[in-house]
Amino acid sequence: MLKGHLTLRQGSFLLESGPFEIETAGVTVLFGRSGSGKSTLLRAITGLDKHTRGTLSFNGERWQDGAWRLPTQKRDIGFVFQDAALFPHLSVRGNLEYALKRAPKTGGPGLESVAARVGIAHKLDQDVVTLSGGERQRVAIARALLSHPRLLCMDEPLSALDWRAKGELLTLIDELAHETGIPVLYITHAPIEVERLASRVVFMANGRIERIETLREALARPDSPLFDEEGPVSVLEGAMGQTDADGLTPFGTDQVRILLTGACGEKRSATRLRILARDVSLAMDEPRGVSILNHLPVTIERIDPAHEGRVTVACRLADGQLLLAEITAFSRRQLSLEPGASAYAMIKSVALME
Amino acid sequence: MLGLTPGEWQAIWLTAKLAGLTTLILLVLSAPLAWWLAHTQSRLGDITAALVALPLVLPPTVIGFYLLIVLGPQGFVGGRLEDMGLHHLAFSFEGILIGSVVYSLPFAVQPLREAFSAIPPRLLDAAATLRASGPDRFFSVVLPLARGGMLTAIVITFAHTVGEFGVIAMLGGNIAGETRVVSIAIYDHSQAMEYAEAHRLSAILLGFSFVTLFLFYAINRRAMSPLKP
Repeated sequence: MLKGHLTLRQGSFLLESGPFEIETAGVTVLFGRSGSGKSTLLRAITGLDKHTRGTLSFNGERWQDGAWRLPTQKRDIGFVFQDAALFPHLSVRGNLEYALKRAPKTGGPGLESVAARVGIAHKLDQDVVTLSGGERQRVAIARALLSHPRLLCMDEPLSALDWRAKGELLTLIDELAHETGIPVLYITHAPIEVERLASRVVFMANGRIERIETLREALARPDSPLFDEEGPVSVLEGAMGQTDADGLTPFGTDQVRILLTGACGEKRSATRLRILARDVSLAMDEPRGVSILNHLPVTIERIDPAHEGRVTVACRLADGQLLLAEITAFSRRQLSLEPGASAYAMIKSVALME
Repeated sequence: MLGLTPGEWQAIWLTAKLAGLTTLILLVLSAPLAWWLAHTQSRLGDITAALVALPLVLPPTVIGFYLLIVLGPQGFVGGRLEDMGLHHLAFSFEGILIGSVVYSLPFAVQPLREAFSAIPPRLLDAAATLRASGPDRFFSVVLPLARGGMLTAIVITFAHTVGEFGVIAMLGGNIAGETRVVSIAIYDHSQAMEYAEAHRLSAILLGFSFVTLFLFYAINRRAMSPLKP
């Protein structure tokens, strides 16, 4: 639990967080547009800026009180910077040893096993300047883990990477957060990364914390800042099933089953499905004779006011998760859709988040 | 050896001692000063930078003159020393050592300042998040990354002190074994029309300076390269 109220002036920019309490378990994403104060807040939380003022405690331990500040090196935090910030005068191994040498001797996983886990075991004796962007971030992650942090901070660690490296590292970060149980504070301005990783989202704007909510709450809001030019999005959680003879793989929970096609069956560890509201249409009766595979019974929960002739309909699935559908205001009138009504959601396409 | 007289050997040894001690003192003094100059945003930084650079533009005679006034028997420092029963510092090795430190100060501060400024602040942040304390960060990150600047500071300071003349002539005079460094000895020989001796010492200084600078550039090129990410 991070609890406090921080202010920090950097040039003409003023961070004025307002009082906050952030539950630190799983991945907490600091989300906001560039210039909203995400990085400044993270610098204030980690104690990297001596001009920070206010109060802050982590699990009851005092980190900031007025102008007094517990030095960063005593906070037991790990930090993965946007540009990795590897030490150029040390090899990959040297960078990892730097962390290990200064970590408490609690007998955690060793250098070799952490290097192997993040996929850089074969790069240990290389010069860090020869690494690719993705490899640099892997080394930075390994280095942070080897210092045995109680809180792992990541400041847009993927922003400088190509899409393939981004995907691989998202998976790695997600898995590591689960495996190690170390709470993560993750900065991004990319909604897709939030939907992939977050259990909780801290929304920032104009140097303030606007609100803190779970990913589910954040995605249930019609005006969620997570919705970009693709429009509203739902994220369904579940697990992968066995691929059948037709090449279809079920995903979902006991009550909800969505069939996936193609190579999805190989992504065994996926736990989240991303569905654009505009890819979901509604029918009053169970559809028959349509090519769309996935149609699920839902209860209409809420209908948001029309915007440009379209409405977003929040539908409750049998397992309690929320699925958004975007339909025209005209269809809504034709179908006489009202909250509380039963309907069928037809899903045209889904994206497995892996 | 080399057909040098004991007096000339003495001058060479004295020069090496002066340059070596000056370099050592300046490294210790300049590192914190250069670090502060590299990171301060206050007006005081500009004033200090200008003061540090003064020896670059002032005639050595001016520096020597003022130091003579301050360190001499009637001076602020020299006078106090006399009052305490000690000797004033004009015409002494300690005096020319102080003069050399002042005279070569910009040559030590400037390369260090540039090297310190070139270190990305993120690396120090990263070290702090890896539990490195302030002094630990200085020795484990700053110094290794500033080694090119350190090498430059050492070589240029040493060589510049070896080539010093005006300040020593003003402040130290010409006392064998105390203030008669090679450059003074050369001046002395040429005034006495002992051209063979002047030639020998001049050739030694020329050779030393060239070899030093050549080695410096050769080493520096290799030492610096892996630090450019």
